[in-house]
Amino acid sequence: MTISTTQNLLEVSNLRVNFKTPDGFVTAVNDLNFTLEQGQTLGIVGESGSGKSQTAFALMGLLAGNGVIEGEARFEGKNILALNEREMNRIRSKEIAMIFQDPMTSLNPYMKVGKQLMEVLTLHKGMSKAEAFEASVKMLDAVKMPEARKRMNMYPHEFSGGMRQRVMIAMALLCQPKLLIADEPTTALDVTVQAQILTLLNELKDDFNTSIVMITHDLGVVAGLCDKVLVMYAGQTMEYGTAEDVFYRPTHPYTQGLLKAIPRLDANDEKLSTIAGNPPNLLHLPAGCPFQARCDCASDRCLESMPALQEFAPGQLRACHKSLDGSVA
Amino acid sequence: MFTFISKRILEAIPTLLILITVSFFLMHSAPGSPFSSERSLPPEVLANINAKYHLDEPVINQYFYYLGGLIQGDLGPSFRYKDFTINELIAQSFPVSAEIGIWSFLVALILGVGCGIIAALRQNSWVDYSVMGFANLGIVLPNFVLAPLCILFFSIYNHWLPPGGWNGGAWPYLVMPVIAMSTSYIAQIARITRGSMIETMHSNFIRTARAKGLPKYRIIFQHALRPAMLPVISYLGPAFVGIVTGSVIVDVYFGTGGIGQHFINGALNRDYSMVMGVTILVGTLTILFNAIVDVLYAVIDPKIRY
Repeated sequence: MTISTTQNLLEVSNLRVNFKTPDGFVTAVNDLNFTLEQGQTLGIVGESGSGKSQTAFALMGLLAGNGVIEGEARFEGKNILALNEREMNRIRSKEIAMIFQDPMTSLNPYMKVGKQLMEVLTLHKGMSKAEAFEASVKMLDAVKMPEARKRMNMYPHEFSGGMRQRVMIAMALLCQPKLLIADEPTTALDVTVQAQILTLLNELKDDFNTSIVMITHDLGVVAGLCDKVLVMYAGQTMEYGTAEDVFYRPTHPYTQGLLKAIPRLDANDEKLSTIAGNPPNLLHLPAGCPFQARCDCASDRCLESMPALQEFAPGQLRACHKSLDGSVA
Repeated sequence: MFTFISKRILEAIPTLLILITVSFFLMHSAPGSPFSSERSLPPEVLANINAKYHLDEPVINQYFYYLGGLIQGDLGPSFRYKDFTINELIAQSFPVSAEIGIWSFLVALILGVGCGIIAALRQNSWVDYSVMGFANLGIVLPNFVLAPLCILFFSIYNHWLPPGGWNGGAWPYLVMPVIAMSTSYIAQIARITRGSMIETMHSNFIRTARAKGLPKYRIIFQHALRPAMLPVISYLGPAFVGIVTGSVIVDVYFGTGGIGQHFINGALNRDYSMVMGVTILVGTLTILFNAIVDVLYAVIDPKIRY
């Protein structure tokens, strides 16, 4: 499915993440394929437990001990999933950096913010402490941290949530990585701060020419930031295409449901549209399509077999038995 | 920080006063007296002695006599060891216990923390299981079993070490007391370290450190060790007092002459001033080391400011 072109920064093919649990194998990510060009932003959208965060951890080599990875992820042509810990450490933060979901706990509370920033530069760039200090102050300025120099000597608990996320973003961008993986960077923040952080990411993306994999359950985030969108459900790709196509011409019932569930200020709806039910338990996935139980268009075929992910228009893929004109094939 | 320390010192005074008062009256309410032994003294001699030590006066008067001496730093004469004051006896035996204690403490700290970290990083491997197996053994094995086993092994079977005595604290005399004292503390510290290290290594900021590409040893020593040490440090305060004020078992088995023997003998002989002296010593040290723990906490955890 991956279209191999030389300018692709990241090519993920057939990525599977399994977890060995006392109750059996759980497939958190099931045959994921996507590509990302230099400077592009990909949004991975899905509900909690759809496997989007595990995809990010797999790419960074940060899976829990019981996680098993299959497949390939070629970063600049090199399969980073096959690297050992030492080789991976040379890529982490330097080439691929990550921003985490919870800025309140993702910074070390026992270490000054400045030191946490500087250690990235002394490690990967071989800078002296003085050089690293100046470069860190500059980066804090770039993420619009007021009084950056003074804040270098402060501890994380002296920062608000939004400020901590700015620190995390500054930390991730210190080495000007080619790829930034942002795992729900705004979920833990309040709405006004969310908007600030997103604007910031959008500006920095252009300033540093960084590619971003944006993991989120917030379709608004995707619309404002992403070039491509991958919709995940129960570890599988439901729909994959350009942001414009997925937003304006969604073809998968799940994507359509998600878009309908966005509250709109201009519409005078009495009740918010939702997708009834819950995502399936990954330990006991149904035989056919994982979405069938909540799908309005489910047919007998959906109960029997999982629809294949197929390209139905150039660059647009989906996994659904329903034909594009609405009838069930 | 300065105000914190001076506040703690001021707080210590009423705490100690309550400790002294409660133990004084509890002790005097126990039946018997220092001179009621099997071989009873002639009544007139006993009356003389009681008058000399104010034992014929109401307890409340005795209490104030004692406090008066205490303010001048005088813990009183021993009722048991004639011609010795409690100050002299403590000055004689406390350094012995303190030396055994400090060595045991260092051994327990280094081995305990080391084993705990290794077990945590190799969680659920054979290394972890064997370290924790030994730790559990160290906790359940009482030192009154461990001490004679040591003598049996080091002195009787192998003639490597003298079976007892002190000899000014020369190292062959130190080894067995330190083993007997430190084993259970090594085990406890290892258990606490392992648990808190495992918890810390699973926290989000360690994941951030990994995402930075830091090598494992830097993650452990620069990011994980400080937070992982917090529960260990709160254990160390009371543990240190327990270790340096000595163990009865060590004094009894190895004849080291530490302060531990005075705990028991003082209580058995109704040696009022000895029991009070030892109580005050332990109380003061406990308050002191708990204050040190609080200061260490503030040093390690930037969220705590005094």
